[in-house]
Amino acid sequence: MSPRRVTGGRLAWLGSLPFLAYVGLFLLAPTVVVAAGAFTDTANRPTLANVRVLGDRTVVDSFVNSIALSAASAVIGAVLGAVLAWVVVTGNPDGALRRTTTAVCGVLAQFGGVTLAFAFIASIGNQGLVTLALAQLGPQLSTGWLYELPGLVLVYSYFQVPLMVLVFLPALDGVRPQWREAAETLGGSPWQYFRHVAVPLLTPAFLGALLLLFANAFAAYATAAALISQGAIIAPLQIRTALTSEVVLGQANAGKAIALGMILVVAVAMTLYALVQRRSARWLR
Amino acid sequence: MTTTTTTTATATARAGVEVRLEQLRRTYGSVTALDGLDLVLRPGEMVALLGPSGCGKTTALRLLAGLEDADGGRVVVGGQDVTRLPTNKRGMGMVFQAYSLFPHMTALQNVAFGLRLRKVSDRERTRRAGEVLELVGLSAQADRYAHQMSGGQQQRVALARALAIQPTVLLLDEPLSALDAKVRAQLRDEIRRVQLEVGTTTLFVTHDQEEALAIADRVGVMNAGRLEQLAPPTDVYHRPSSSFVAEFVGLSTKLPATVAGGRADVLGVSLPLVDAAAPPGPARAVVRPEAVGLAAAGPGETGPLVGTVVATSFLGAVSRVTVDLGPAGQALAQLPTSDVGGFAVGSRALVTLRPDAVVVLPPA
Repeated sequence: MSPRRVTGGRLAWLGSLPFLAYVGLFLLAPTVVVAAGAFTDTANRPTLANVRVLGDRTVVDSFVNSIALSAASAVIGAVLGAVLAWVVVTGNPDGALRRTTTAVCGVLAQFGGVTLAFAFIASIGNQGLVTLALAQLGPQLSTGWLYELPGLVLVYSYFQVPLMVLVFLPALDGVRPQWREAAETLGGSPWQYFRHVAVPLLTPAFLGALLLLFANAFAAYATAAALISQGAIIAPLQIRTALTSEVVLGQANAGKAIALGMILVVAVAMTLYALVQRRSARWLR
Repeated sequence: MTTTTTTTATATARAGVEVRLEQLRRTYGSVTALDGLDLVLRPGEMVALLGPSGCGKTTALRLLAGLEDADGGRVVVGGQDVTRLPTNKRGMGMVFQAYSLFPHMTALQNVAFGLRLRKVSDRERTRRAGEVLELVGLSAQADRYAHQMSGGQQQRVALARALAIQPTVLLLDEPLSALDAKVRAQLRDEIRRVQLEVGTTTLFVTHDQEEALAIADRVGVMNAGRLEQLAPPTDVYHRPSSSFVAEFVGLSTKLPATVAGGRADVLGVSLPLVDAAAPPGPARAVVRPEAVGLAAAGPGETGPLVGTVVATSFLGAVSRVTVDLGPAGQALAQLPTSDVGGFAVGSRALVTLRPDAVVVLPPA
């Protein structure tokens, strides 16, 4: 009697059950709650009043700011991260540079939230180490911008760059040396190889990573909340206001409508991401 | 059909040039990959470099392509020293071992890529790329991407891409090794047909003896960074110039022999020598399996050529039978499969030797 495989077959999906349960409990269920709440009032009666909030000037501005912040930090992160990843991949695959960079990026990509905000406040905030040190030397560092949109772009870029390195490295590893050599033997200069082969091949992967970074920044909350305690210049902070503000108390379901708007934006980004990733995976496997 | 073939051949043909590798040296740290390699390819011929892994054959090809720099020596193509010329200025076409088609381009775009770099007009390069695709029999696949083609088709496109630029030299770096046996044999013949048609001087690197012997005008057997022998396939097989070549190329049986009077006495059978100047005395005779015959041994029959069948291998039309001759070693015979029935494992057999000239090696 031949031994039966314990893995594979119909029971293979059992292994992913805990993950699926987790996703169902903490992603799908909250999404359903948010979607349902966006269309009901506090007495659970159907209403469109909540989604009308999405047309309010302040909410529209917050979405515009969120998109601008996410786009700016994604572009900065993608460009700088891609350059760093390129430098890493051209070195020794088993070398110290690659090992160190991937390890550091692995940590920094997760280094967001209050800790990161505090690190920046402590460095270049009003009473930051660098601010005070410079003040003693003479120049007064302007610090107000750190607590506004430009500050958020800088702070978000701090975790976007390493995330890009981690996401983009596998794509760069997928670029075969034979393609460069083939281009060379056919008469191509390094620039022509870069322009006609490397860039077109890596574009889907780059765009995919850019969309991932966009979604990552768009959904970030804690860092912005720690930096900006007053006002709601981006969408996640608008949700905070809807849930906690004494002035607009009882607007929890309006917050759910804003959250639903955010889910839709992220869903569009992730759908595009899946589409470009599919092409990238086919080319760079 | 003939007209078409002539047209395509004209589109890609370029007078073959002589290629000279002179005293090429290349080391990687403490490892010497090429140890003063001298190799001359005549205009229009195909030379196959054959050898075990690490013998330096791929390094030689990469130095010729300019993909690596030599530590010493010269590369001369068509009378011009190209040793310091960058790869993209050498005008050589190369087909790689692993599929190297640009995956974001169709077959036609891949083939036209070299022409695009040469700023050939859209119309002209499409026409010429189409012709070369036709030459390799892939016109119908012109709009397909690499992932939509089989391995054999991809390598044909890679060949077409290399030929489209009308290369001075065609370099083939184990282009068949990733293919299955049937496709490999088909494509091998296809490469040879195309090469003869376009007349480009070609260097073919392989570790597959059958491939090298079947495809090349001359075979260069390499060992430890040096060329052991460069000769037509039949000479390499039948007249190996060194013990390494004799042992590396083809299967063979080494039987104890004594050289005397310009002949070799192999276990009592007198055979002519390939090299009549072989020094007299004890030696080992290299006997090819196809020169070994078998007959049923009579009951109680003994002698140095009587032994026991220890293995049989079915290879289709032919089979190989290994006979243990005791202290003399083992003899390998290749017979038509229809003649192997009486030689089951464990049976007694009488080994016969065809009176072919044999190569002798120094005693072990």
